[in-house]
Amino acid sequence: MSENRTTDNGRRQFLGGALALGGITVAPGVFLMNVAGAKPAHEAVTSDVRWGLLVDTTKCADGCDACVRACQAENGWGGPDSNEVRSSDDQKAQWIRKVHLRNKQTGSTHSLPLMCQHCEHPPCEDVCPTGASFRRADGIVLVDKHICIGCRYCMMACPYKARSFIHEDLHGQKVNAPRGKGTVESCTLCVHRVDNDREPACVEACAAEGRRALIFGDMKDPGSEISQRLKRLGVRQLRADLGLNPGVHYEGV
Amino acid sequence: MKYDTFREVEGSKGFWTVFALFAAMVAVGLGAAWYMEHQGHWVTGMNNQIVWGTPHVFAVFLIVAASGALNVASIASVFGRVPYKPLARLSGLLAIALLVGGLAVLVLDLGRPDRLIVAMTYYNFKSIFAWNIFLYTGFMAIVAFYLWTMMDFRMRDYNKAAGMFAFIWRLVLTTGTGSIFGFLVARELYDSALMAPMFITMSFSFGLAIFLLVLLGLYHGTGRPIGDKILMRLKNLLGIFVAAVLYFVVVFHLTNLYAAEHAGAERFALLDGGIYTQLFWWVQVGLGSVVPLVLLFHSGLGRRRSSIVLASILVIIGGLAQMYVIIIGGQAYPLNIFPGMEVTSSFNDGVVAAYSPSLPEVLLGLGGVGIALAAVMLGVRVLRFLPDSLEDAQVDPHHARTETGEAEAQPAG
Amino acid sequence: MARFPALIRRAAALAAVLALLPAPVLADAPRPEIPRGKGDKCVEPTEVMRRDHMKFILRHRDETMHRGIRTKKYSLAECINCHVPKAEDPARQVHVSSPKHFCSSCHTYAAVTVDCFECHSDVPQETGVAKEDLVVPVHGSAPALDLEQEAARMAQAGGGAE
Repeated sequence: MSENRTTDNGRRQFLGGALALGGITVAPGVFLMNVAGAKPAHEAVTSDVRWGLLVDTTKCADGCDACVRACQAENGWGGPDSNEVRSSDDQKAQWIRKVHLRNKQTGSTHSLPLMCQHCEHPPCEDVCPTGASFRRADGIVLVDKHICIGCRYCMMACPYKARSFIHEDLHGQKVNAPRGKGTVESCTLCVHRVDNDREPACVEACAAEGRRALIFGDMKDPGSEISQRLKRLGVRQLRADLGLNPGVHYEGV
Repeated sequence: MKYDTFREVEGSKGFWTVFALFAAMVAVGLGAAWYMEHQGHWVTGMNNQIVWGTPHVFAVFLIVAASGALNVASIASVFGRVPYKPLARLSGLLAIALLVGGLAVLVLDLGRPDRLIVAMTYYNFKSIFAWNIFLYTGFMAIVAFYLWTMMDFRMRDYNKAAGMFAFIWRLVLTTGTGSIFGFLVARELYDSALMAPMFITMSFSFGLAIFLLVLLGLYHGTGRPIGDKILMRLKNLLGIFVAAVLYFVVVFHLTNLYAAEHAGAERFALLDGGIYTQLFWWVQVGLGSVVPLVLLFHSGLGRRRSSIVLASILVIIGGLAQMYVIIIGGQAYPLNIFPGMEVTSSFNDGVVAAYSPSLPEVLLGLGGVGIALAAVMLGVRVLRFLPDSLEDAQVDPHHARTETGEAEAQPAG
Repeated sequence: MARFPALIRRAAALAAVLALLPAPVLADAPRPEIPRGKGDKCVEPTEVMRRDHMKFILRHRDETMHRGIRTKKYSLAECINCHVPKAEDPARQVHVSSPKHFCSSCHTYAAVTVDCFECHSDVPQETGVAKEDLVVPVHGSAPALDLEQEAARMAQAGGGAE
């Protein structure tokens, strides 16, 4: 299996590099994303890729929640027709939320979306007794709800309050986002889209609003837009002091 | 000496009435658990910010008390204190029963208790929870063996070793329980290595308080004699443990107070945290620590049995309050994701989260207490856990030596 | 005490007789009406699927969940797409709560609880996946081949037992 992987990697790196070069020349502001991750459906994901997200808070508008609504529509949680009909507001799922910040010293304000930060060393994975919380080879942190027992220790451990517990029976779930009573869930980075060479719904929605405050891509590909942008001054991770190396980065806050 | 005259208690009408009461608590608790699982956790006070609620307060309290309840046996076999030896069997039984009660509550509050088999077959060995699964099941097995060495004459040679092993195991176990919270770096009111030793002293204190109440309840209820000598020893020990818990609480808060980054969290805990501050000062510190210390060590009051009973009850109430403050207060205080910023959002960022216990949660917690106490009653009914008499002459080795001169023949362990 | 061995012997004899009886003799109850799926045949022969569908689904589940393998063969979503007809009127859509649903038709009969649809969709939905992966390429990676081999092995075992 390991032999297989190395040969595949060689081929894919070549392909990825070639396509990335092509991607840059398409048009300014229009990128061909995920080229390095373009994989046939029967191939497993590898650690040659690490998916990341950059939130440019200077472009994120206060009052805009297009990313939140897109996530809700894509994954079937929350919103006006939430299928959590009995849960209180504090009990309903919150995969992604808009947070408003005000600097206590300067009074400057910022608006940004907060979701699972897809850490390299996720505390949720460490504390999970059954291994249901796990990190995929390409850096996406997920809950395997098939073996989640609903102990909620991951929710205690997460520094970002990124996880939700389902408090009631659900109906009408999306085929791509199975969710059910008694298990924990969080942002999947739209793994079903990423595996099919598409961007997460929030990123797409932000671009459709004409803001492009969310940049998604492979942080291990030096040619990707996200890799280039991460080099800029003022890009940081939330609670970087904890040493978790999140895959989500924030610029301008 | 008549240490070996252990006897099952009689199944009197009163005995079975009390047992029925505990059994009813168990039934109600199971019903509450079924209701919560059937409906989903929306019927509880828990939410996505306060994810562990009242059931966890009871469960962790019972588990911590379980390891502490074993102390009396440990003092007898590990530290060779002969007067405690007649109490060792009850100590082991109570330890197992409390642990079973606590674990039952923990398991029944899972989102998917039907997947218990998953918890037993999939392990993430980096998880403190997973370690605890082994620590808890191991504890039950070891204490069961320890009891065997006490109750079966042929096994007495293993008693000392089993006692030592059980004592070390229980220290590791409570370290594991405390570390469930101590290792959570993201939450300011948890993240502390002090949690482990603090939980160990808490176990000493809560476990002994429950042991004293169960002991007195059983002896008074069955009309067996119990002398003051052993009670005075136990109550002095309880006082020392209560003071030790208080010491760790003071050090914990002092450490946090000194760090500017924790000023907000400490302000919340000690000054303006509403119910959590009230519970901390009035119930945990006042009723649960200071009043019992006075009751136990006052020259006049301290000699009365009623004082010992009252002090034990207060230690238990204070302990539950302490668990509530640690577990729920620690979650209610907002996470500090953006230091130096004022935060608002649709999901309680920057706000103290609200939680009020619901009836099913409380009933499930009390069901765990019922399981523990009903199990103890069944145990003492069917097996020889309790000495016929705990009169001073039976307990005090000096007394015994002067009367019969047999004390030396009794092995210490 | 002496009666125990006799009792056990008798129970064992009864169990042996029951085991030797052909299934229809015991199953006097009406057999389930299993709705037909779309297309000519399933991804494996019917006898194999009847016995081992959960093995395929479980295996595929873990491959998809943990390794991002998203082939359509053995995917639960594709089972539903094929076996559960999509109703034009949502009010008349057959759900797993109905005995007419493909999965419940048999599972109710066999009294085996299905724990899939607490979370997964029990009706066809657009997956948004354009790829046609029902046929796994011969040069596919190891796990895909494993599934193929497993299917062949199961087909043999299943055929032998029938």
